[in-house]
Amino acid sequence: MTYEQAAHFAQTGGLVLLAACFGLATIYALWPGNKQKFNNAARSPLENGDDNG
Amino acid sequence: MAVDAGVQQGAGRLDVWAIGAIILIGAYLTLWGASHATDSRFAIQMWTALVAFIAGAIALFGVLGRGPTADQSSRYENGVVKAGVVASMFWGIAGFLVGVVIAAQLAFPNLLYFEDWGWTNFGRLRPLHTSAVIFAFGGNVLIATSFYVVQRTCRARLAGGLWPWFVFWGYQLFIVLAGTGYLLGITEGREYAEPPWYTDLGLTLVWVVYLLVFLGTIWKRQEKHIYVANWFYLAFIVTIAMLHIVNNLAVPVSLGGWFSYSLFSGVQDALTQWWYGHNAVGFFLTAGFLGIMYYFIPKQADRPVYSYRLSIIHFWALIFLYIWAGPHHLHYTALPQWAQTLGMTFSIMLWMPSWGGMINGLMTLSGAWDKLRTDPVLRMLVVSVAFYGMSTFEGPVMSIRAVNSLSHYTDWTIGHVHSGALGWVGFVSFGALYCLVPWLWKRKTLFSNALVEWHFWISTIGIVLYITSMWVAGIMQGLMWRAYNEFGFLEYSFVETVEAMHPYYIIRALGGALFLIGALIMAYNLWRTATARDPAHVRATDIPAQAVAAE
Repeated sequence: MTYEQAAHFAQTGGLVLLAACFGLATIYALWPGNKQKFNNAARSPLENGDDNG
Repeated sequence: MAVDAGVQQGAGRLDVWAIGAIILIGAYLTLWGASHATDSRFAIQMWTALVAFIAGAIALFGVLGRGPTADQSSRYENGVVKAGVVASMFWGIAGFLVGVVIAAQLAFPNLLYFEDWGWTNFGRLRPLHTSAVIFAFGGNVLIATSFYVVQRTCRARLAGGLWPWFVFWGYQLFIVLAGTGYLLGITEGREYAEPPWYTDLGLTLVWVVYLLVFLGTIWKRQEKHIYVANWFYLAFIVTIAMLHIVNNLAVPVSLGGWFSYSLFSGVQDALTQWWYGHNAVGFFLTAGFLGIMYYFIPKQADRPVYSYRLSIIHFWALIFLYIWAGPHHLHYTALPQWAQTLGMTFSIMLWMPSWGGMINGLMTLSGAWDKLRTDPVLRMLVVSVAFYGMSTFEGPVMSIRAVNSLSHYTDWTIGHVHSGALGWVGFVSFGALYCLVPWLWKRKTLFSNALVEWHFWISTIGIVLYITSMWVAGIMQGLMWRAYNEFGFLEYSFVETVEAMHPYYIIRALGGALFLIGALIMAYNLWRTATARDPAHVRATDIPAQAVAAE
């Protein structure tokens, strides 16, 4: 693979790929069905933080 | 429980033998190195490591005698976290002290300068300072807090029996070899990656074990969801492994000497170094400490994080953007302009996750702001997040090429780094250590909240003195360098700019000294907390950690 080929892929396919991955992460974070799961997760360090169970 | 202990005992034996084998191989290699040394400095390093391996072997026999999992008093492994807390405080004070010394050397160049005896010259002490504060202090804080947090949020004991102790002591050996190496004059000359090739190899082994211990603990978790703090810790561990290996690819001149040549050369080498260097900031000094923020601020405030969704977006945005920002260190160099622009653009985009994260940390106190008045530990944590926001605002500004033409190579950069290092990394670490000591040593409270107040204010004044003096000094320096007179000649010689810096260097050293005094107050306070005999301070039975936090 030459430098030009690598640069071309990075500037087209690579860009789209990374943007799509980030889009998926954002959709996962904002998906309405995950709301309850995230609320529970946010509370989890505060609940039963038992030092010595 | 008995079965569980039996299983752990068996597993424990296996790691004792494996660690024993590593120690034996290490001792053999260092003895070989010492006997084939081509220079005396390399021989000193090898003998130092050999002494450490012998001490490790003796300690291991002690473990064999009493069984590796003797401490079953808690469902969690606390010993290695306690050791990490002690090591953090020790290396922190050592690193801050060396920082004050080199700040004074910049103001008074003859201080500890010996022409024939280079041990304490600025050039050798400077990497000692940066490595001591970043890797020795910051690294121990990260190892200790990550081991604490992953156990609590996964509700699982640390995986790997004795391996976490291998990580801890292996890391300390790396620090000692790197630090004494700098004093001897051994350096690879790569920013924040000065340790020589053999310590790089050793650290790689330690770091892979660290990753496996962390992953192993997550693997056996009792919680379905992996709490966000662990994602940040994991990103820190994985990325540092990648950065460390690539940046340190090198060929030693001889197996009996410390000197090596990088596999890269020219502008590729420069880019590799700053890809590493900036991501050491992004993943060591940011991602790992954000893990601390996402656990210790909710815990100490006794409130859930403001927005868990925002924390997920914060995480992924940080991961996707930070890795590209390195080229902003190479503006106006041989690096192609498009690469410089790429680094600058991604640095500016980093405003979004940085400020999203800052808002998430600060707003966790929403509805509980009054706690800032009464809880100096929480205040320290919150002020650290404010400094995080400030320095991550300043950084992207400085990455803009036009601004960089003024700021680069000046002390403005030093001021920027220290607003992040002292304000963000320092204060968030102090806050976490103030939380951890009462939790781990089973105390109701800290020995003295008043001393925390003193620490907070003395150190805050120290930081303000440091960063304001460096702003003024740096901008002045940059403007003096570029000033032309009416005939088109440079207005100032270089030494005139150095002379103009003198008062600001003194103010900076004073600010650093205040920061050091604050840390000494903290060490005394933590020592008295851990060793308290007063029954009022000692918890009779173990109570949930959040009950302590709420007090």
